[in-house]
Parts: sequence; C-alpha cells; structure tokens
Amino acid sequence: MISLHINGKTKQVEAAPDTPLLWVLRDELHMSGTKFGCGMALCGACTVHVDGQPARACVLPVSAAVGRKIVTIEAIGDTPVGKRVQQAWAEIDVPQCGYCQSGQIMAASALLKAIPKPSDKDIDQAMSGNICRCGTYPRIRAAIHKAAGNGGKA
Amino acid sequence: MRRRLMLALALIGGAAAAAQGDPALFDPVASVVMTPRCVNCHQAEAPRQKDIGVIHAQQVVRGKDGHGSAVLQCAACHQAVNTAQGKVPGAPNWHLAPLSMRWQGLDKKGVCEQMRDPKRNGNRKGGEAVIEHMKTDPLVLWAWNPGANRTQPPMSHEDFVKVLQQWADAGMPCPQ
Amino acid sequence: MQSNRRLFLKAMTAAGGGLLLQIAIPGARARDAAPATGWEANAVVRIAADGKVHMTMPYVEMGQGTYTSIPMLIAEELEVDLKDVVLEHAGADDKRYINPALGFQVTGGSTTMRAAWLPMRQAGAAARMLLVQAAAQQWQVDAASCRAEHGAVIHTPTQRKLRYGALVDSAAKLPLPAAEAIVLKQPKDFRLIGKAARRLDTPGKLDGSAQYGIDVQLPGMKVAALAITPVFGGRLAGLDEAAALKVPGVRQVVRLDDCAAVIADHYGAAQKGLSLLALRWDDGPNAKLSSADIVADMARASQAGSAKVRADGKPEQAFAAAARVIEATYELPFLAHAPMEPMNCTVHVQSDRCDVWTGTQVMTRARAVAAQVTGLPEEKVTVHNFLLGGGFGRRLEIDGVERAVRIAREVKGPVKVIYSREEDIQHDMYRPYFYDRVRAGLDEHGAPVAWSHHLTGSSVLGRFLPPAFNNGFDPETVDGADAPPYAFPSIKVDYTRHEPPQIPTAFWRGVGPSHNIFVVESFIDELAAAANADPLAYRLALLKHNPRAEHVLKLAAEKANWQGPRNGAMGRGLSVQFAFGTYMAMVVDAHLVDGEVRVERVVCALDCGVPINPDTIRAQVESAVIFGISGALWGDITFKNGRVEQSNFHDYRVLRMHETPRIETHIVASNEAPGGMGEPGTAALMPALANAIYAHTGKRIRKLPIATALQSA
Repeated sequence: MISLHINGKTKQVEAAPDTPLLWVLRDELHMSGTKFGCGMALCGACTVHVDGQPARACVLPVSAAVGRKIVTIEAIGDTPVGKRVQQAWAEIDVPQCGYCQSGQIMAASALLKAIPKPSDKDIDQAMSGNICRCGTYPRIRAAIHKAAGNGGKA
Repeated sequence: MRRRLMLALALIGGAAAAAQGDPALFDPVASVVMTPRCVNCHQAEAPRQKDIGVIHAQQVVRGKDGHGSAVLQCAACHQAVNTAQGKVPGAPNWHLAPLSMRWQGLDKKGVCEQMRDPKRNGNRKGGEAVIEHMKTDPLVLWAWNPGANRTQPPMSHEDFVKVLQQWADAGMPCPQ
Repeated sequence: MQSNRRLFLKAMTAAGGGLLLQIAIPGARARDAAPATGWEANAVVRIAADGKVHMTMPYVEMGQGTYTSIPMLIAEELEVDLKDVVLEHAGADDKRYINPALGFQVTGGSTTMRAAWLPMRQAGAAARMLLVQAAAQQWQVDAASCRAEHGAVIHTPTQRKLRYGALVDSAAKLPLPAAEAIVLKQPKDFRLIGKAARRLDTPGKLDGSAQYGIDVQLPGMKVAALAITPVFGGRLAGLDEAAALKVPGVRQVVRLDDCAAVIADHYGAAQKGLSLLALRWDDGPNAKLSSADIVADMARASQAGSAKVRADGKPEQAFAAAARVIEATYELPFLAHAPMEPMNCTVHVQSDRCDVWTGTQVMTRARAVAAQVTGLPEEKVTVHNFLLGGGFGRRLEIDGVERAVRIAREVKGPVKVIYSREEDIQHDMYRPYFYDRVRAGLDEHGAPVAWSHHLTGSSVLGRFLPPAFNNGFDPETVDGADAPPYAFPSIKVDYTRHEPPQIPTAFWRGVGPSHNIFVVESFIDELAAAANADPLAYRLALLKHNPRAEHVLKLAAEKANWQGPRNGAMGRGLSVQFAFGTYMAMVVDAHLVDGEVRVERVVCALDCGVPINPDTIRAQVESAVIFGISGALWGDITFKNGRVEQSNFHDYRVLRMHETPRIETHIVASNEAPGGMGEPGTAALMPALANAIYAHTGKRIRKLPIATALQSA
C-alpha cells in the first residue's frame, strides 16, 4: 500500500509504484476532476499541484508523489487564490466544453500564487502548456488579469 | 622532457596554459557532445527538442535558475526516468545546463574552449574534473538511454570516457 | 392529454405531478419534411410544483452553448428566469419521452438554434398561456386581465399573484391553444434573448464536478486500453498475452478481428499490459499506401468524370469570350478532430439489456449500433449521455461505440474503453482530402465573367445519410461552392466523388464550407491580384446584389481600418461568406516571426440574424477562429506505409495561448431568423489567413497547411 497526501487527507492506494498518479486519482480514488488528454505531458489536462508546483499526473509515477502535498481541482477552490480564479472564470464564462479547464485553473492558480500581478508574458510562460481546443485562451487571459485585480486587462 | 613540462603546466592551471597535443583528439569528443542529446540543453534562453533542434514547445524557458519559469518547471513533466513509454525523457534533476555552460551557436572550437575554461564549464579545473562530470552526471548518462527512438551518441559511454581521457591527457587541445 | 399537430407540441400532466410539455424539434436541415401524422417528442419541459422548469433535450452541450441558449428561448416566452431552469441530459432510457423519429435527431451542422427557434418559443408561449388561463379560472377573472412575470401569474387590477408551481396541475388539464392563437413576443419586448446570459453549465466545469463520458464510474467497472490495426483495412494477426496478464491489475485480454484490448482495474495497468502484447498485424491491402498515392488517385479521378452541380449563364461560352482565363488547383488535407477528451465508451452487455455510457452527438445512432452488435431489440438498449469534451463533428460517429460494444461482449460487467491520444488521432475519421480545380474568365477590366469550380473528394453525407446523395452529389459536400455570394454572370460547379481506400471520413467543423470557402476566397483573391485591384474593392463590386454580405464585409473592413492588404509590415487578408445561415467577414493580420507564421489580430463582422446570446456568439467566433488557425497552419494527416504519421500533439500541432491573436467580434443587429454560429468562423478564418500570408510573403497558398507550403517555398 502506498500512502498519499491528497487535498489535506491521507489516502492509501494499492496501485503499483510506477502507475501514473492520474490513474490512481481517477480509477482508484474515483476523483474524476483531473483529466486525461494526451498521456505524454503535452496538453496539461492532468495538471495537479505537488508541493505547490504544477505537475502533470499522466507521467508522474505515484511513487514520486509519496511524502509530498498533492492538491487537485476538487480542492483548489478551498484556497483563496483558487477561489478567486474560479470566480473570475465564472464572471467571464471562460469554459466552453470545459474538459481542459481543470488543468487551466490549476495552472492559473499556481501562477497567481507565485506572481500576484502577472504580465502577459508571465501568463504566456505559465499557461502555454495547457491546450484548449475550444479556443478559450482569450478569456483565460482576461480571467487571470481579473483575478489578479487588473479588471480583465494587463 | 616535453611531456613533463606539459604535465607541470597542466598541474599549474589548465586553461591559461596553451594546450599542446593534437587538436584532432577533440574530434571524437565533439562527435558526442555536439549531438542534439547534449546541445539541446546547453542552450541560452530555452531548451531545444528533437534532432532538428526546434525550440521546445509549450513556451518552456530557462527561468531564473535553469529549472523553468515560475510555474512551468522542468519537473512538471520530466521525471527521474523516461516516462510515457519513453516519449517523455527523464533523468534525476532534469534542468538546463547553467547559462555559463551554454553552447548555443558555438562551433567545435568554441565548445572545446568552453569545456576547458573553468569560468564556463561549471568551475571544473582540469581534465579529471571535466571527465568526472561526463562520467557520472545523470543528465549526461541519459543521452545513452534517451527513450523512444531518439538517436544516441555515435559511441558507447565507455568509449566516450576513453576518448575524453585521451583528450585530457593531451592537455585538452582545441581546434584552431 | 391533447396534442396540436401543427405545433408538434403536446401538454399533459407529468408523472409525479406538474405540467409536462413534449416538443418535437425538426431535424438537421430545413429541407427535412415533417411527417403528416404521428410524431415523437425529442425535447421535454416539465414545470414542477416547486416552480422549477426541468428541461431535457437531445441537443448536446459540447461547448457551443446550447444548454444555455435553448433554455433562453423557452424562458423568454414562458416568463421565467434562467436561474429557475434545471437541465438534464436527455436519457434514452426514458423512452417514453425520448424516442425521436422526426427525421434524424442530431446535434451538429450549426443547426440547433435555427431548428429550435420557433418550436421552443411556441412551447414556452403555449405553456405560459395555459398557466395564465389556469390562474384566471381559479380567480374567476378574464385571462386578458392577467399577466405572467418571473414565474408567476399576476391579476393586474388586484395584484393577486399565483406562482407557477401552484398552477401546474390545473394547467395540465386545459386544452392547448390553437397554433394561430399563440403569439410570440416582439423583439423589442425581449427580456433574455439578445442579452448576454451566463452559461448554465459553467459551475461544474470549474471544480472538476462536470461529468464527461470518460468520467463515468460504475460498480465493478473495468477499464480497457486498446490497439487498433495501424493500417486501415488491416487485421490482428496475433499476440502473446502472457506478459500482459502478469501486470498487477490486468484481468483479461480481448482479441477482435481488428483490435486488441487489455482489460484491467485501472487504465495505467491496461496501458502497461497493452505495451507487452507483442502485437502482430496483417496490414492488408493498404500496407503500402502513401499520401502521394491517394492524391495521385484523386487527380486521376478528377479527370475521369464528374457530376454537374450547377451550370448557369452559359459558362463555356462565357469562358470562350473571356479576355483572360485564370486557373488553379487547390488541395486541402485530411484533418483530425483531436478534441481534448479522447474518444471513449463504456458498455455493459447483459443477456437481456445493454447500457452504453458515452458523450455523443447522435444518441439514437449509438443505441441502434449497440442493438445491432448485441442482437438485442432497441428498447433493451439504454444510452446515457454526458457533456462532451469537444465534438467538432467527431462525436457524430459511432465507430467507437460499435467497437466498445464488441469488446464488452467478451467482458463480464461494465468496461470503459478509452482511446489513447495516439489511437484517437490515428483512428479518427478525417475531414476528407479535397482536390479542387478552379477556373475564372475575366473581362478586359479584370472582372469575372465566368467561374468554374470542380471539386473532387469524399462524400461524407453520402455515407452518413445515403438518401441525401442524389444525381452524383450531396448538398453538404458542395456547400460553400455551389452558391458563392458573388454576382458571377456565369457559374459552373461540378463534383467528382472519390473515396480514399478504406480511410474513414467524417464531418469536421465547418464541413463543406471548411474546404470550399477556402478555395473560393483564396481564388477570388487571386483574381483581384490578377486585376491589380484591392481585394476589398474587388469583392465589394461583386456584392451589390447581396446587401447583408456587403454590409458585413464593409463593417469588418471599417473596424479593421482597411487601407489595403498590408498593416505596416504585416499582411492583411480578407474573406466574406454566407454559410450556415450566417453572413460573416474577416480581416486577418499575420506575419512571419523567426520563420513561423504569427497571427496578430482577427476582426470579424457577422450577421447571424437575431442574436440570441451575444456572449455565446462571441465565444463561438473566438473558438472557431482558434480552431481554424490550428487547422490552416499545421493541420495535416499524412499516410506512409499505410499508417497515419501523426500521433499526438507534438506532431499534430495545435494553437497555444502564446500564439493566439487578438480577436474582435462585431455583431450586426438584426431581426432576421437566426443563423448558426458553431462553425462559420472556421471556414472564414482559413482563407483570410492564407490571403494575409500572400500579402506578407508574395506566396499564394494553394495547398494547405500553410507551414508546409511555406517550407517548400
């Protein structure tokens, strides 16, 4: 059994140590908010926080997550930054199909925690790893500025 | 006599001394270190990918310390081993070579001179220190286990260490 | 229960209480005829005793906003607030309500708002009238002295008020008003329509709770990773399952004729097991197929004959009399859909029933194929729908359902079959390759006197709905080519059907217009250049008879401050079109940065008739533009030794945040019937971008994708 610290709680999982964290979350723990998009860290749909830093669960072996603080989309709204991000996302109606948005919100929350007033370049360097096929990028950018208290603009 | 003089010079200080010995000894070293597996991370502002050396996708950049931008760190994706059936390369502490060790845009001569200059080779004084890096650093070793179908250097790691030794023994001579 | 056939609306008491409306929304295209007798509802509205309005409808939400815009139509006329609307996925297990037989029920083709516009509003208005009448009867007053507002009926003289919840049971017993008695609101009285409304599906998409097909959880469910024959038309020749079965969590290996699946407790184990199967394939007849072969075949086919789509104004005579004739060949590549949620389908096959869980644009087809594979009657098959993590036309197809049912037949208990991204791309059903020859005859001033467009490619609709293929063509394949907005004195359009060998083709966002309008708007740009004319002026001169097209083009040019095909050092390109019932024009600014195309700005002007939810309209422009840029710059599915060469986002590149232009949308105020918005932007963007690249580099893009065309420059 492997012991993981997820969203403030300790969970015991049976998965083999080389199992990607993504499938431990989705298939063993039934936490479906973290999504599968590509399986090779190209799209960001599987973004979780590990010790506060975004990490891609589709390639992170569960053994490497032991002893570290994992936060997923299900709990990001309990943090002040995550809550502000979700509010800004709601005010601008960012999501379309919504499938990529868990990853987008996790990346954006980490950005705003690290850089409370990000420039457009900061946003590019934090968010260009997250693909959206529905084209919500302009709204994501505006929502990040809004959550940063810039009223939707840089 | 000449050999003892060279050894003495090497003991004194390395880069400052004009290296004697056949510059062609660097050629086999260059045949390894100038492959994409090495050059792609000995870059300035952003790593490169693939044999054609395109700029790394996803706006991955050096950041403050070679580990990526504030929240898109190398470790977000690159694990301690190759993952996704080798498609995502990995080795312990995956990150860019320090800015001082960038080889971007350098030719064989430039890389050679940089490799023996402690100011630009991670403060490694003398051939043995340079060889130690090549022998043991997990990121260097990764080039021989790069995953998926990535091309590997043209000789084994063992042979690479041998040619490095020959080059170092000759005083780390560089092409003119 | 009473019904009013002319309205395709029924009202009755709901099981468990409340007022139930059954509505039939017509099928995909206006030309679908409604049957004279007997129809089935495909949308249901139930007003409950608590006043909440429960809506169930077969139109799926794949991001395009139907879950908000459709309720707006009902809520407007019913006089309730959007916050009182509760949405439920159409459940095909609830066969009493959803058993559509009115034409073919599908979400796609940018048709939803156009089809639902009147029926949903009529339903809302009829229900409102029943509720008002019920209140009037209870108060013993004249219904004309009552009004409906925010979910309640008010007797105006006395201000007595009854909430809908208190009226639903008595309202359900009243006869439906006659069709001609139902009066819909005038646009000036709209309270909801025309104003940006917050999406109803947003909250769940912010906290991970929204459920997509891939998220379904069932007791005892297993997960499957699969490998499909790498070459279309190939077969599984053999595998060794011993190593796979040793992986902890792997339960079973399933072999089918064209694929192998590893069944496991979780996907990580399934994938690991799959990689250990030592799969052997018999590649079949396409083993050596290459893209070059396919194109050569198409070029040959295009010479061998064609079906006449139209010929007006004596084109051959006009060509013969022309001062100059210009010709070009255009090629549009196979394109993958690559929605963020890879294809997936969960199935539980039992002896007396089959359940399918998947996000699909075609619930009834999913049910039909499951019934066919299992041999069960359709009433024993239940399809559970979900939000779709991107459709773009991919989820109009049931190939994944069919394969999942075949796998599930071999497995005890429910099994979730997930396509890896590699399988999703390499076993997509592609936007077909098109090989188009265009010709124009110009007079001595450079104005077109003759236009000929001969397209060669696959007929998706011919496979999808065979009755739609007549006289050698179908209306969707030639859409965008058959009726360009311009006043050409003579025009000839021909089509050669060419089906690539066993390579599946499907609808892709923008469908026929996605390739035809690229050709039309690029070639008209060529004519303008040949005539040494400004691209804007050249087009406007041909649009005088088409005021709505003329207007959007002028508006886009004005908002972009068009001064010619350059904006400083950047190139500017134009397009104008009428597609999906919507007029649209774009101005695109683009240039090369470090050898790569960078799109900096897109200005879009559109006239979609009455704009129902302006925020959704803007979102769809942004969406379609970004989707179109990805397609135009890099979209290319190529074949080598029978295999698709692309596999994931590293070699099937799509646009990311840092490369996204500013996008500005200008909506023309209108009271005309609504046009579709899901797709037109993609068709409009691609030629405008190519025209901008021409203006910047002097290179005319006749073969997409743009990045490849520029490399070979």
